[in-house]
Amino acid sequence: MQVTRTRLKLENITKHYPGIIANDSVNMSVLPGEIHALLGENGAGKSTLVKFIYGVHGADSGRMFWEDKEIQISNPSEARKTGIGMVFQHFSLFDALTVEENIAIGISQELATGGLSDKIIQVSNQYGLPLDPSRYVYTLSVGERQRIEVVRCLLQNPRLLIMDEPTSVLTPQEVEELFKTLRRLSDEGISILYISHKLQEIKDLCHKATIMRNGKVVSECNPDDETTRSMAEMMMGKGFISPERRENKSFGSTKLSLRNINRVSHHQHGVDLANIDLDIKTGEVVGIAGIAGNGQTELLEVLSGEVPVGDEGIILLGDREVTNLNTNDRRKIGMAFVPEERLGHGAVPNMSLWENTVLSAAYSMDLVIRGFISKVSSIAFCKHVIKKFNVHTPGPNTFASALSGGNLQKFIFGREILQNPQVLIVLQPTWGVDAGSAARIRQSLIDLTENEAAVLVISQDLEELLEISDRIAVIHGGKLSPAYPVNEITIEEIGLLMGGVKKSEFSIRGTNEN
Amino acid sequence: MKIRFEPRQSESKTVVFLSPLVAVLFTGLFSMLIFAILGVDPITAVYTFFIGPVTSIAGWAELFVKATPLVLIGIGLSFGFRSNIWNIGAEGQLTIGALTGGGLALLFYNVDSVFLLPAMIIAGIFGGAIWAAIPAFLRVRFNTNEILTSLMLVYVAQLILSYLIQGPMRAPDGYNFPESRLFHDAALLPTLISETRLHAGWIAALFFAVIAWILWSRHIIGFQVKVAGDAPLAARFSGVREKNVTWLVLLISGGAAGLAGMIEVSGPIGQIVPIISPGYGFTAIIVAFLGRLNPIGIIFSGMLMALTYLGGDAAQIEMKLPNAVTGVFQGMLLFFLLATDFFVKYRIRFGALRETQDNGSSKKGVVG
Repeated sequence: MQVTRTRLKLENITKHYPGIIANDSVNMSVLPGEIHALLGENGAGKSTLVKFIYGVHGADSGRMFWEDKEIQISNPSEARKTGIGMVFQHFSLFDALTVEENIAIGISQELATGGLSDKIIQVSNQYGLPLDPSRYVYTLSVGERQRIEVVRCLLQNPRLLIMDEPTSVLTPQEVEELFKTLRRLSDEGISILYISHKLQEIKDLCHKATIMRNGKVVSECNPDDETTRSMAEMMMGKGFISPERRENKSFGSTKLSLRNINRVSHHQHGVDLANIDLDIKTGEVVGIAGIAGNGQTELLEVLSGEVPVGDEGIILLGDREVTNLNTNDRRKIGMAFVPEERLGHGAVPNMSLWENTVLSAAYSMDLVIRGFISKVSSIAFCKHVIKKFNVHTPGPNTFASALSGGNLQKFIFGREILQNPQVLIVLQPTWGVDAGSAARIRQSLIDLTENEAAVLVISQDLEELLEISDRIAVIHGGKLSPAYPVNEITIEEIGLLMGGVKKSEFSIRGTNEN
Repeated sequence: MKIRFEPRQSESKTVVFLSPLVAVLFTGLFSMLIFAILGVDPITAVYTFFIGPVTSIAGWAELFVKATPLVLIGIGLSFGFRSNIWNIGAEGQLTIGALTGGGLALLFYNVDSVFLLPAMIIAGIFGGAIWAAIPAFLRVRFNTNEILTSLMLVYVAQLILSYLIQGPMRAPDGYNFPESRLFHDAALLPTLISETRLHAGWIAALFFAVIAWILWSRHIIGFQVKVAGDAPLAARFSGVREKNVTWLVLLISGGAAGLAGMIEVSGPIGQIVPIISPGYGFTAIIVAFLGRLNPIGIIFSGMLMALTYLGGDAAQIEMKLPNAVTGVFQGMLLFFLLATDFFVKYRIRFGALRETQDNGSSKKGVVG
């Protein structure tokens, strides 16, 4: 990397949003062939910055240079012509179209006509991104869908590729494959701007990291010279607390049992649950790993009583059968739930926070008496949640939609945990939550088990599961593996299970399961 | 100087109340402009339209008579609209309510009992509710679009009315006119002010508004209906069954429309006629939204809408203006209301940005 000229250089980029400065005099430069990490907590201004680079919106002031010439990019198609490609975190693909048709929609007319499928095959072979142009998107895994987006970018011969949290939906093996591709692109001189908050990945992959906090660049570093901890501290601006777990804890009697849960999904392209069995003991945290869309949502819905359990399935809370109880009756006897989607599922966007406490705590906290809502009790409980879980908000009358993702998640967790559940079931507890809040949320889950509760965590974040779980099971295609004690299973083995390989098919390390 | 719009952190109570008033004010100003363009003296025109009809007790009485069905139906519909159930067939439910309630009056034509009127009220509510139960059942069972089914049932109801009024319900000594017999006194709603048409139905509308207000502001039912409309998944999360909400709101709105129909035939009309309502069931949709789906707001919007009917008539008679003026007014009113509505969720800021350094973490969500 002895080239002196820069591929992309930003000078004093500033962008205001109402009441906040999203980017404050940001300076940054990316060299040709460099894999450059853009690191920061949620709300640090990473997304705003890359949207500016990609021409989604303008900046209030500042200059941008492309290969040492000053340019202005006013929309994404101009960015693509310049040589900037971007793979978004949320894919824009049509399920009912084929790979080739999807790619044709997103590129220029000239590229889309004449032998597109040959070009797709050529690019996908060249960079190790196996892809069949004639397959329909709904038949593809998330990893394969991401390849479509990458190939779509590569077809346009970009010299800078922006990737927004690309690994959040991939198995460890898929991540490795993606990294190989990215390194190959880098060897060919293509620069990559890699947005993530997964520190280990950045150490593994990136040549350089720019760290942002509150809209400003706080540091530039070489990830090889840093530890994940030191980068976390730069990112958060304060000491990093990792959750403390009691070692050698002893568990009590079985608190939650699932027996033979079968359930046909009512979602389009959903996953049917098949013969799920699981026991969770008092004081235990059980984690369920798996790639999104393998039955996690369906499992939570069955556990929360939002959809009925299928034939022959049984759910027991202690000795009591709860199979046929509805959601609120389950809450009354000590179950609590945190769904994945915060706005719209765990909270109503256009309702105040105090009204949102009524959503799940109406009966367990006696906020509703003979059908009438007690505003006084609801506000009191809401204030308690805000204080205890350090939710940053003007007060109980604020709309749920005005809270940032992390803050709202703290509110929802507080609401559920302060109902003193015996069993807490959570889906993606820290998805999109900044590192500091995530650590506090994880700690609160561990604390809960000290009060004789059992916790079931369903998450795609393996590091998180390894950090807090006592046992880990893997869900794949609606089937649940046995739960293995966390010290008897490796990340690689979990990755294989996530990919659908049975444990009997790879070398066995500790087959004893609780 | 720059003008910018900022989302508010929470709804501004003042603006919620102020915006309909501002909308009415603008409607007044712009209608004067339109009158001027039409070559009519704007002051006289506005007076004739908005003030003239309510310069007498009889005028007010007439206003309340017209507002009664609008308010009743509007409040009923607000339950559906808040939960995203679009019952636009209130006109049909009104017709059936008039037939069941009025039918009872004809059936017991010779009975002079104090129980007749209460029985007619119940029959009217039931009639409307049953008519609304059809789209409810179809939606819950077959996921049929209730907008289409409820609307189509309006025409079915009108054909049933047509059949009955030309056959079984036709007055035996009515020279074959398609009209029923005039109801007996026991089947007529008591008049509130003598020499006017104002009847007890207006009290019923106000009473319904109070009940609805309590349900919305204090009761779990109102809460669940709101949640079901705003966030269906969150409703399920809080243990609300979507099907139950569908049934509930359709039965409430159908029952209210049925009651309005019964009140029309046993109040101002006094018999069953081929055309019972001049489209109250449809106008009530506008009334519901103009009143912010809020029961108290709907009382006022219902009165305002009633006034545009009266004013339209007056302008036609006294100033020879076309009846379309009524429609123009109603359209302008809605237009300005929607425009001012924007400021409930957003605030306007002038000038350059304030250099706020607060890290307002609660606002970070906007930045992403």
